[in-house]
Amino acid sequence: MTTDTSYDGPILEIDKLSISFFTRLREIPAVMDFSAKIMPGEALGVVGESGCGKSTVALGVMQDLGVNGRIVGGSIKFKGREMNTMTPEELRDIRGSQIAMIYQEPMASLNPAMRIGKQLAEVPMIHEGISESEAMKRALEVVTDVKLPDPARILKSFPHQLSGGQQQRIVIAMALMSKPSLLILDEPTTALDVTVEAAVVELVKDLGKKYGTSMLFISHNLGLVLETCDRICVMYSGEAVERGSIEDVFDEMQHPYTQALFRSIPLPGADKNARPLIAIPGNFPLPHERPSGCNFGPRCDYFEAGRCDAQVIPMEKVTGNDRHESRCLRFSEIDWNAPPQVAETKEKAPPGQVVLKMDNLKKYYEVAANALFGGGGEKKVVKANETLSFEARESETLAIVGESGCGKSTFAKVLMGLETATEGEILLDNKSIGNIPIEQRDTKTVADVQMVFQNPFDTLNPSMTVGRQIMRALEIFKVGNNDAERRQRMLELLDLVKLPRAFADRMPRQLSGGQKQRVGIARAFAGDARIVVADEPVSALDVSVQAAVTDLLMEIQREHKTTLLFISHDLSIVRYLSDRVMVMYLGHVVELGTTDQVFAPPYHPYTEALLSAVPIADTSVKKKHIVLEGDIPSAMNPPTGCPFQTRCRWKDQVAGGLCEKEVPVTRTLAEGHQVKCHLTDAQMAEMEPVIEIAAE
Amino acid sequence: MGLFILRRVGVMLLTALCLTFIVFWLTNLYPNLEKLAKTQGNFRMSDEAVTSYLTNRGYQQALPVKYGQWLGVLPGYVIEGSDGEVRSRCEEGKTFCGVIQGDWGFSTVFKDNVSTIVSTRLGATGKLMFWVMMVMVPGALLIGVLAGMREGSGTDRTLSTASIVSTATPEYVSGVILIAVLGTKVIIDWDTIPFKGSATSAIDDANFENFFLPVITIALYGMGYIARMTRASMTEVMTAQYIRTARLKGVSFPKIVIRHALRNALIAPFTVIMLQFPWLLNGVVIVETLFNYKGFGWTLVEAARNNDIELLLGVSIVSVFVVLVTQLISDIGYVFLNPRIRIS
Repeated sequence: MTTDTSYDGPILEIDKLSISFFTRLREIPAVMDFSAKIMPGEALGVVGESGCGKSTVALGVMQDLGVNGRIVGGSIKFKGREMNTMTPEELRDIRGSQIAMIYQEPMASLNPAMRIGKQLAEVPMIHEGISESEAMKRALEVVTDVKLPDPARILKSFPHQLSGGQQQRIVIAMALMSKPSLLILDEPTTALDVTVEAAVVELVKDLGKKYGTSMLFISHNLGLVLETCDRICVMYSGEAVERGSIEDVFDEMQHPYTQALFRSIPLPGADKNARPLIAIPGNFPLPHERPSGCNFGPRCDYFEAGRCDAQVIPMEKVTGNDRHESRCLRFSEIDWNAPPQVAETKEKAPPGQVVLKMDNLKKYYEVAANALFGGGGEKKVVKANETLSFEARESETLAIVGESGCGKSTFAKVLMGLETATEGEILLDNKSIGNIPIEQRDTKTVADVQMVFQNPFDTLNPSMTVGRQIMRALEIFKVGNNDAERRQRMLELLDLVKLPRAFADRMPRQLSGGQKQRVGIARAFAGDARIVVADEPVSALDVSVQAAVTDLLMEIQREHKTTLLFISHDLSIVRYLSDRVMVMYLGHVVELGTTDQVFAPPYHPYTEALLSAVPIADTSVKKKHIVLEGDIPSAMNPPTGCPFQTRCRWKDQVAGGLCEKEVPVTRTLAEGHQVKCHLTDAQMAEMEPVIEIAAE
Repeated sequence: MGLFILRRVGVMLLTALCLTFIVFWLTNLYPNLEKLAKTQGNFRMSDEAVTSYLTNRGYQQALPVKYGQWLGVLPGYVIEGSDGEVRSRCEEGKTFCGVIQGDWGFSTVFKDNVSTIVSTRLGATGKLMFWVMMVMVPGALLIGVLAGMREGSGTDRTLSTASIVSTATPEYVSGVILIAVLGTKVIIDWDTIPFKGSATSAIDDANFENFFLPVITIALYGMGYIARMTRASMTEVMTAQYIRTARLKGVSFPKIVIRHALRNALIAPFTVIMLQFPWLLNGVVIVETLFNYKGFGWTLVEAARNNDIELLLGVSIVSVFVVLVTQLISDIGYVFLNPRIRIS
């Protein structure tokens, strides 16, 4: 805030902004007719799916669109000054000092060969011309402000020496170095774990209040926007389709896309039978294949041919609400309170007999201290999985929940046979498979235990057709006697995952993310898998696609009586689809029980914190606010005693520092509900529910 | 760090042993030895005479034994020859005399100790290399950075073309062209010829006139190569997200290049620059011969031409060490440039 402290108009005023990218072939409009206004101290959330142009808006404000991008219309006014016509010098003067940006990937956004302190100090040195020692002093203050431990040491470190959460705090600190009046946050927490995300969001909110900064918050997560912003703008395919205050848009949405978006995300407060997920049909249009008229038309339930596709749809004011607008011709005709049309409710098959049993499974890794250059150094043992015991039944969904480093992926690897167990047993139909690596497993076992991977973009061979890849799996599982039979089976599998049969001859690059994930599912079920490990199967997908893929998984499960091990960090979706939940932390199972037991008190303190950290896109939900301090400890150097004791808020209620001395034993609270905690039953009983749905 | 260097030195010694053994074996093949006997003794020697000549001088011993003696880990031979004379490998009073003891043998061409020849010639070549590096490295980095900071611009295309041309022209071509253009009146009718086409006098007294052409001939070749590597790494760094961060912090373009991009961009070409040392040795052979500069490369050519086994071995062992030491330096330097690599 070097100049214009007296200015009291809107901080940022975007009017009918259009941005296009120019390729050799054509002009690709990325953002069309986008308007927004941010008042001082206000936070505007921009939500939308990937490719809707929300990041382009942010870069457009910064006037940093690269070689191919250009602003083709409209104006961007920052504190009343037109930014489109500024000289590079003027822009440079504003960037970093008045408008600062926080990025999606903190690791990539920090210079790897420069110490943190220097990178921070640079900002005021450029903009305020102060000396290096003074700038360093400022850096120290700001780093303390973003609540990083041992700030002096951090200033001297290189980015790679910090954890992801700490790096993001540094990026935030860097943005705040010159006390900007506008902060642009581009998906600032996407790469972080939920509990870290909650802490970072909390920090941003507090600092925003402390410095009076306006914010432009770009996210695909409606829950996060609800928590951080005052106003929201929903984007679809390059256009803003609805904007207004958080309350208006969340409670009285006036655009079919907004409604569809809300209906496709699971809310932990809602009942899955009364309010099932409704996927948005069809696919997101590519920028050069947009339909005429309303972009959302082809996917819209309220579409009216001859009207919605006949003209350019303007933004219209919703009467009665403050600055609430919608880009829909029919918004005043639609009954927004009509309950969604529920497709026939499907009965879930009751869990059958036990198929998979883990018995005291342990997996330790030995890591040489300096593996790169050999050397002496004692070997360290990483305890990735510590005494895992549970059973999974036929056609049951068991969710495994935990943050990165909790050992859930290691467990999946051991089950798949990519690693062998250090101790304990995995029994598949009472046959021990824990010590048999995948090369030595018979075809039947391999076909029985299959996996759906997190990132569909990397798990398909880019140079093989989709059909060929599924047939390859069939060959390996020895299904079918010849190619013709296998081809037939492959086509049936495509039917199963609801992909058109013509996709068999397509290359993976021609498919969208959701379609690729369907291929991944088809491949997993090629050999009639009985146990499918789904490792975050939908977290890389857009919300509207997530619902469809989730539903597909559940439908196949119903038909095939598959046991689904659903690994996820998203508690909303876990609650929606699983029968039982296992919560893991640093290799320990801290809580295991049915979904209802885990999601209601008494909780394990970690489950409580996790639940509180999940952003919920529902204004009627009241959440208890629990922010975990610090990062997840390293598995190389776990804390003594209870693994969670370093971040537990209940720790001081346990007498005698027991938490620091002993690992708690697993005890049973109720039928099938286990908790690993030192708290007494009485203390457990005092816990209040984290999520409450306010009475309406 | 100390342990790391120790380890690398160990590997180096092992490599040197293997390489010298191969050279030793090749130079000690029988036809070579026969030629040696005939040049040293008498061209019309009979086969028997050659055999006895070689036997008397220890050449007919088993290869590992000979190698051990040359290395200095086995006692030198003492042979009472068929002509009654007693010959020994070492001077009187010494039992071990090999490379380890500092006894590198005697050059048959230059009639001098191999160690003396190698050290003086290496000094001469070191002088040449030093000036080549002084011209090549800063030049190449400058060209690479200028070309890479704005990919696809006019500067980039011009400089890229120039570096491709320079690196695509081998030294024996560029050397000849440079001599013809700048060292003679053949192409341009100079009033006074600016440079000398021979660098013989540069051994004692190097100046711009007699040293420029050999230096620039070697430098041009390496320059294009390093510049291309620097450009590639620079263009990649310039699209990195942290460069965007810097740009959106309001850092000016020159400062982005110097403060944020340069160090990251230098990590990759640094290894290439260090790898240029062995290449330089290679180029040195051609250029020294071309300009008649009596350095290391020239000596190597002479030794090979005249079947001077001891000198050839000496030259190869030194080359091996030069290459390995530069690689060690490059590994250590890499650690300093790239903070993500730490040797603990």
